[in-house]
Amino acid sequence: MSTETIKAPVKVKEPKERLFSPKNKKLLKDPLNDSNPITVQVLGICSALAVTVQLKPSIVMALSVVVVCAFSNLVISSIRNIIPNRIRIIVQLVVVASLVILVDQVLKAFVYDVSKQLSVFVGLIITNCIIMGRLEAFAMANKPWPSFLDGIGNGLGYGIILVIVSAVREVFGSGKLMGFQIVPDAFYKMGYFNNGLAILPPMALIIVGIIIWIQRSKNPELIEADK
Amino acid sequence: MEHVNIFIKAVFIENMIFAYFLGMCSYLAISKTVKNAVGLGIAVIFVLGVSVPVCYMLENYVLKAGAMTWISADFANIDLGFLSFIMFIAIIAAIVQLVEMIVEKFAPALYGALGIFLPLIAVNCSILGGALFMQDREYATLGEATTFGLGSGVGWFLAIVAIAAIREKIRYSNVPAPLRGLGITFIITGLMGIAFMMFMGVAL
Repeated sequence: MSTETIKAPVKVKEPKERLFSPKNKKLLKDPLNDSNPITVQVLGICSALAVTVQLKPSIVMALSVVVVCAFSNLVISSIRNIIPNRIRIIVQLVVVASLVILVDQVLKAFVYDVSKQLSVFVGLIITNCIIMGRLEAFAMANKPWPSFLDGIGNGLGYGIILVIVSAVREVFGSGKLMGFQIVPDAFYKMGYFNNGLAILPPMALIIVGIIIWIQRSKNPELIEADK
Repeated sequence: MEHVNIFIKAVFIENMIFAYFLGMCSYLAISKTVKNAVGLGIAVIFVLGVSVPVCYMLENYVLKAGAMTWISADFANIDLGFLSFIMFIAIIAAIVQLVEMIVEKFAPALYGALGIFLPLIAVNCSILGGALFMQDREYATLGEATTFGLGSGVGWFLAIVAIAAIREKIRYSNVPAPLRGLGITFIITGLMGIAFMMFMGVAL
């Protein structure tokens, strides 16, 4: 089947700097809030929102993106000095596409039903702007280990939004979380109804809008300047 | 009649933006003015209209299980399906390059207007999304696949032009500071998506 050779993770020795020095920790932590890929950098919204109806597929999706983002950053960063500048985009696409094929085959083998549910969106990780964006902006100019951390950080920053959105949608849309009912039956007897709108695609956008609203009122420096 | 149905479905019911959120990145980034939005929209229609049929041929004559029997009966057992992602993205990148060169040669005015948007399209999720949906839905003929590609492009065009027009007007409104820019655009897109849901179930 897929016989793509994935470059074995290169162990990088950095004698001068500790593995989790404050600078490296910052790489990991920043994307979770201050430079979140979705709400601040506006990257990778494309393939994200359609999978957020339920929590389970979105966790799988988030993990896939973390893996692809981290390893593509690692690979590109290790070969960054030998990539000719003019054809870097196609080199990046090939690396990302091979990793996505691997992830897709793994998902098909181990969690087939989720992989069916995600359908084309696993493939669309290739064109996920987070990955290309981080490759261009970070991996092409930095050492492998920081790039790897940057990839994990950005993947997690993306995942956290995905998980929040899907948790809200699943609770309000079907009263469940991870498939377990959490809205008690007594509520339904008292006349509570599941909100059908939460299952429909537009609700994902509105929830992201509200997340941005909350995040920006907490960190006023993120507010966009008046045009 | 089948073609009209596929076209209407691709434009309104299964709109790339409002139903699948494909191509959201460029949709959010390049919708500040109507002029740029129109340019990018036309380029997307063009690339989708060309790349979906090419990917269709690739899928049906090379990649699918037993698709290569037209070369020789020996190839009946070959299934290259797992290669489709990498092949499709390569085809799309190549077509975008080609389209760029053709437009530059034959329509320099249009080329000037599209500018940097053309190369950007290679990583627009709606293009790869169109190719993958075509593979997923198994259209019967090349014509149907082409109609689907064009329809998806037109749907994307409509969406980006509409949001650009709204964003031009909203500049004069008093939006709460934390919502300004990105936040309000998300919420408007959501509301437009709800409006587009009224087309659900329409069949010709």
